[in-house]
Amino acid sequence: MHIDLRTVSIQPLRQTFDHLARRFGDKPSSRYQEGSYDIQPVENLHYRPTWDPDQVLYDASITKIVMNDWYALKDPRQFYYSTYTLARARQQENTEANFSFVETRGLADMLPDDLRRRALDLLVPLRHAAWGANLNNTFICSYGYGTVFTQPCMYHAMDNLGTAQYLSRIGLLLGGTEALEDGKAAWMDGDAWQGLRRYTEDCLVVRDPFELFVAQNVALDGLLYPLVYERIVDDQFAANGGSVVAMLSQFMSDWFDETRKWVDAVMKVAAAESEQNREQLQVWTSAWRDRAAAALLPVIEQVFAGQADEVMGEQLAAFKARLDKTGVVV
Amino acid sequence: MDMKTANKKMSAKDKYRLLTRDLSWEPSYRTEEEIFPYLAYEGLKIHDWNKWEDPFRLTMDAYWKYQAEKERKFYAIIDAHAQNNGHLNITDARYLSALKIFLQAISPGEYAAHKGFARAGREFRGVGTQVACQMQAIDEIRHAQTQIHALSNYNKFYNGFHAFADQRDRIWYTSVARSFFDDAMSAGPFEFMIAIGFSFEYVLTNLLFVPFMSGAAYNGDMATVTFGFSAQSDEARHMTLGLECIKFMLEQDPDNLPIVQGWIDKWFWRGFRVLGLVSTMMDYMLPKRVMSWREAWEIYGAENGGALFKDLARYGIRPPKGWDDAEAGIDHMSHQFMLGLYQWSFGTSFHAWIPSDEDLQWLSAKYPTTFDKYYRPRWEHIKKLEAAGTPFKNYGLAKLCQCCQLPTVFTEPADPTLICHREVEYKGDKYHFCSDHCMSIFDNEPEKYIQAWLPMPALFQEPTNGDLGAWMDWVSLKDGQDNGDFADSQDRRNFEMWRGMATSNQ
Repeated sequence: MHIDLRTVSIQPLRQTFDHLARRFGDKPSSRYQEGSYDIQPVENLHYRPTWDPDQVLYDASITKIVMNDWYALKDPRQFYYSTYTLARARQQENTEANFSFVETRGLADMLPDDLRRRALDLLVPLRHAAWGANLNNTFICSYGYGTVFTQPCMYHAMDNLGTAQYLSRIGLLLGGTEALEDGKAAWMDGDAWQGLRRYTEDCLVVRDPFELFVAQNVALDGLLYPLVYERIVDDQFAANGGSVVAMLSQFMSDWFDETRKWVDAVMKVAAAESEQNREQLQVWTSAWRDRAAAALLPVIEQVFAGQADEVMGEQLAAFKARLDKTGVVV
Repeated sequence: MDMKTANKKMSAKDKYRLLTRDLSWEPSYRTEEEIFPYLAYEGLKIHDWNKWEDPFRLTMDAYWKYQAEKERKFYAIIDAHAQNNGHLNITDARYLSALKIFLQAISPGEYAAHKGFARAGREFRGVGTQVACQMQAIDEIRHAQTQIHALSNYNKFYNGFHAFADQRDRIWYTSVARSFFDDAMSAGPFEFMIAIGFSFEYVLTNLLFVPFMSGAAYNGDMATVTFGFSAQSDEARHMTLGLECIKFMLEQDPDNLPIVQGWIDKWFWRGFRVLGLVSTMMDYMLPKRVMSWREAWEIYGAENGGALFKDLARYGIRPPKGWDDAEAGIDHMSHQFMLGLYQWSFGTSFHAWIPSDEDLQWLSAKYPTTFDKYYRPRWEHIKKLEAAGTPFKNYGLAKLCQCCQLPTVFTEPADPTLICHREVEYKGDKYHFCSDHCMSIFDNEPEKYIQAWLPMPALFQEPTNGDLGAWMDWVSLKDGQDNGDFADSQDRRNFEMWRGMATSNQ
């Protein structure tokens, strides 16, 4: 049965759900607010986890960071599933266009051999590091508290997988399956990569979700992405006839620019919450940054050789300047 | 130096393997046990994680692309639905009770599944398993969000939706679904997969989604139809994951069989009890009914389930222990539960009502062996009380089952005139159950189930101390608006008035 309805104007009884009215007033809510705030269970949880009876199912106390309200850790991008997916779909379309531009014109074949070798040596092992980042962000989503903090971590994890897959495709395009085999061998046994692999494996046993956020998203990626994609791929390689590589890894550069805003916002709000939080974040950030810098140095030495220390010094200064703005002094 | 470029002839399977499976490595700086600490304690034996077959070879770029297309369509439709007062297209406002229960009890389940699959996607070994679970984790938060977004417009015009987040944790009947998901999440990763991935997604989800979404279509609710169908292609992936998972566990080691069988027995019954809510929606709450609960069970339960367990018989799996008792309850459960909801409607954030004569006739026709004999007389009696101005209200509190948390309103499988009730004494306390199967679930893990948060005893504790008004405030239930009989509800008055405005010239 179809009924033709006259257009009528009806006064709504209320503008939004109670929990959102309490937070933001009785006015229409955004879809980000509806899909994010207070949708995680809070109380009257039924059973303790059999896998760790010291925890409760949603447990704010498994991290050393203490928040009065975990929903203060708002994502400035206001990503919920739909906005996240639409943003990435646009980026993947662009990436696909870049890959097909390079493939159809045979641009990969025109890459100088020396540069191709260096690109493969640098980028292909990183797909394993990106896989580690995927597991770590999946962990933070799993055991972190409050949907506005945890949901972006799930999106981040899927992005990490996407990056690992784009890096694999770059490897296949520039060096075939052999390149992936070589990259994995380097990751497993190559001297340049053992620091980073150890760092990644050590992260996989960290079970404080916020510490893991600092170790993976702040410290490691905060150095790795600018070093690899800005300083090496976009500057070094592009200046030496390798703009093809920059084109193929545009997703990673754009992604870092976008996601660091979220990472910084999380750090800023958590640090501003209490002196105790700030100190804890400073301790974690300094310790993991030192380890990350040491792990990445041999990686960039492959490209910068004797200048690697200097480049790393500059990057650490930039990292410090970035963190200063969040109130975390390292 | 001569280097090969991409191997153009690579098969999709090989390519997927390289882009996904090949990403992991054998750790050497840390042990597997440190990285995956929860894999051993459930007793499952896995010898080779690489034997996991990826049923879906979906890379992230393809995932983003397909999902974004679905998202665009979904939001275009619900935007139009909100702008055009689409809510006035529903058959009548009784239909809204089904949506209210859905938002309060089922959507939070989607969120729990999101968290649970994220945990499984981290705690399992093997990239194939991990990625499949992670994709389901992100899909499940999608479902929670699309449901909230689709129903958000109804909240602006009708009662009973406004406090779903509070009621998820506090009101009595949502603890049926919440305890189900909490139970799964507090289990180990393997049991979680059997609970949600297999029993819920594979065996039971069709019983929930297909009739519910067809019901929405029949009753003019385009917003709900849209989220249902938009979710369905995700569900297809999830069902395949659930089935792959159980096969993987069974193929890895014959010792896994008794453990897996025990979980199937448990989670079939747990799921069946949760579906008690759905049976009532289908038989009573849809003004225009698609099919009876009995008919839905025949198609989606008995036929599909029968075929599935026949298929799994080659692994030594038999149908769940509670199957026959479930079958015996099919012709009774919706009536028993709706009679309960009617008498306790003071405490529900949705409306119940006495079925019309036409509804009673439909029920007689759909349940020829049970309805006239056992349930029509009770409704007729309730109708008489209503006509006499003394409507039947039960201000006593329901006795809840310690396991499934439903009121113990169901009857003995072999005697529909006798309430089924079991009790167990454990460490000096008495625990009550609705059935043999709920009792045996308790007996297997008493230390787990004694922790259950039971909403009725909670009413007598802090902060409400037995005060009904204080309890209503605590569960954010607006007395006289959200609860009670549909017949004199604000929802009914408003809907009829607004629809009158929209379909006439007054």
